[in-house]
Amino acid sequence: MKQKFNIITSTCIPLPLENVDTDQIIPARFLKATTREESFFGENLFRDWRYDKENQPKQDFVFNKPDFKEAPREGVHQILVAGKNFGSGSSREHAAWAIAGYGFRVVISSFFADIHKNNELNNFVLPVVVSEAFLAELFQSIAANPQMQVEVNVPEQKVTNLATGRSEHFELNGYKKYCLMNALDDIDFLLENTDKIEDWENVNK
Amino acid sequence: MNTLFDKIWDKHVVQNVPDGPTQLYIDRLYCHEVTSPQAFAGMRERGLKCFRPDHIYCMPDHNTPTHDQDKPIEDPIGRTQVETLAKNAKDFGLRHFGMGQKDNGIIHVVGPEKGLSLPGMTIVCGDSHTSTHGAVGAVAFGIGTSEVEMVLASQCILQQKPKSMRINIEGKLGKGVTAKDVALYLMSQLTTSGATGYFVEYAGQVVRDMTMEGRLTLCNLSIEMGARGGFVAPDEKTFEYIKGREYAPKGADWDKAVAYWKTLKSGDDAVFDKELTFQAADIEPRVTYGTNPGMGIGITERIPTIDTIPSAGVESYKKSLQYMGFEAGQSLLGTPVDYVFLGACTNGRIEDFRAFASIVKGRRKADHVIAWLVPGSWLVDAQIRQEGIDKILTEAGFEIRQPGCSACLAMNDDKIPAGKLSVSTSNRNFEGRQGPGARTVLASPLVAAAAAVTGVITDPRTLMN
Repeated sequence: MKQKFNIITSTCIPLPLENVDTDQIIPARFLKATTREESFFGENLFRDWRYDKENQPKQDFVFNKPDFKEAPREGVHQILVAGKNFGSGSSREHAAWAIAGYGFRVVISSFFADIHKNNELNNFVLPVVVSEAFLAELFQSIAANPQMQVEVNVPEQKVTNLATGRSEHFELNGYKKYCLMNALDDIDFLLENTDKIEDWENVNK
Repeated sequence: MNTLFDKIWDKHVVQNVPDGPTQLYIDRLYCHEVTSPQAFAGMRERGLKCFRPDHIYCMPDHNTPTHDQDKPIEDPIGRTQVETLAKNAKDFGLRHFGMGQKDNGIIHVVGPEKGLSLPGMTIVCGDSHTSTHGAVGAVAFGIGTSEVEMVLASQCILQQKPKSMRINIEGKLGKGVTAKDVALYLMSQLTTSGATGYFVEYAGQVVRDMTMEGRLTLCNLSIEMGARGGFVAPDEKTFEYIKGREYAPKGADWDKAVAYWKTLKSGDDAVFDKELTFQAADIEPRVTYGTNPGMGIGITERIPTIDTIPSAGVESYKKSLQYMGFEAGQSLLGTPVDYVFLGACTNGRIEDFRAFASIVKGRRKADHVIAWLVPGSWLVDAQIRQEGIDKILTEAGFEIRQPGCSACLAMNDDKIPAGKLSVSTSNRNFEGRQGPGARTVLASPLVAAAAAVTGVITDPRTLMN
């Protein structure tokens, strides 16, 4: 869903696993939908890690633990913090719809898979790449105090662990930053540039 | 600088957005039923028509049942998705190869075999295995649904230019070692994120010697080491493969095309952001033991012990072995197998069926093994019958199913039951990939065939002359 970004300050949900693939984020059997209802995908985010075969919550999965089970809202659980190589595997954008649908606005990791990173950006979920050291400290901060908050400042491209005060700059190109801050998507841009596309075709055909 | 990737990419640049991505022109968009409906819906909401409908081809493959394709799909939701693609193709004026038609199959098998995917092209599809088409010397990569919509609307996509990597594989592959083993070996060396951010050019003697089918398998798996795509510079073998195919250029157009395609190679002075070289002699038939494709070993090796795993990866490693029911330090040889799957965009081509048949010929399927043999397309199916491979398989107790993605991701009925062990020629061993609770060991068609006839994980070299 198109929404404007500025500064987000929120508690986090930690998922300290590496190589979380998009088949786990949203299993293939939920890909049969022909609409983009984010609430449907959000309900099935991490389905097989969150629920057992009888559809009962698995108590050992972080989303079901008392400290983290509250659904995201302003300032609460709007940030997912995940281990290295988040979103690997399948290109399914349904994974980004599920993350957005659950209520996350930011995902912090030390490394994202390419296609999934683009999919998040195209759905107004911000992937924030931090150093391994920042990530390790952030996991520790959340373990010590699940109520701790992180500030993600999009205009300044700065992420801060408010428990330790540690800050880092994160990458975001000027074009995408403008899009995120003004809730514009790439198709809006491309449609304004069809003359350039026709020029290219005239030269190359 | 001056790599083949640069040449193809740069030729397709419509503009470089200041402090932003590249606007890249796309020669070919393939759409399947799973990742396109929301893109078409978006087009309708915006009141748009396709910018270049003749550049776009649609075919269902993920939901396709592998039996009775002449009848409606039993699963109503899957059926709706397949019917939605047909309707979208009709409404937007796009070519559609419907389920059960002789043109249909897995999109990444059909594109090259029909001569739709050609050297020098930019090719995208809402599917991470679009990298397959790189085998013909194209820049081909998977995209998300929003990006599918961009291409429908403008025949362009906005992308950051990836970095370039060349992977050389030198020497000669040993007995029983296939393109699949080469790819599984590369993933284990690079990990599933080792090539993230890169486009890979595969080179070296092994790649030059490789058949087109082998190159398609190798390029298909580029994404499993994180690469956006992988390709092989076109050569005589490529031209021979493409010549005469249905959509390939003909007559004077062919000569003109080949003259251009011959220029498609990295310069002698090409500079890659990263270059790696591996030796064929280090590669044996391989199997995976974990829940990502990088967790693999040579078939005679043992599962790594925990002291060899970097600390941040220990939790994932433990979770993986627990899911698979394997022990650290264990050999997989002799492990009982419940299911065998031959097929997918990775290994559903004629050469894969020939390889499988070469092992099972004169043997019998193990009684307790359930085997699903699924050709990648109706064209592959026809070739199987033409070459008499169907008879070898039938005599050995196997049956050939109808084409589609099938048990690779189990969106149709072909689901491996929870807890069962599958030796699969597909591309991913993620938790639940082949069905909730299913346990997947990725391997080549030769290893799959050896498992199917012995009922346990077996080194195929022991069954070869």
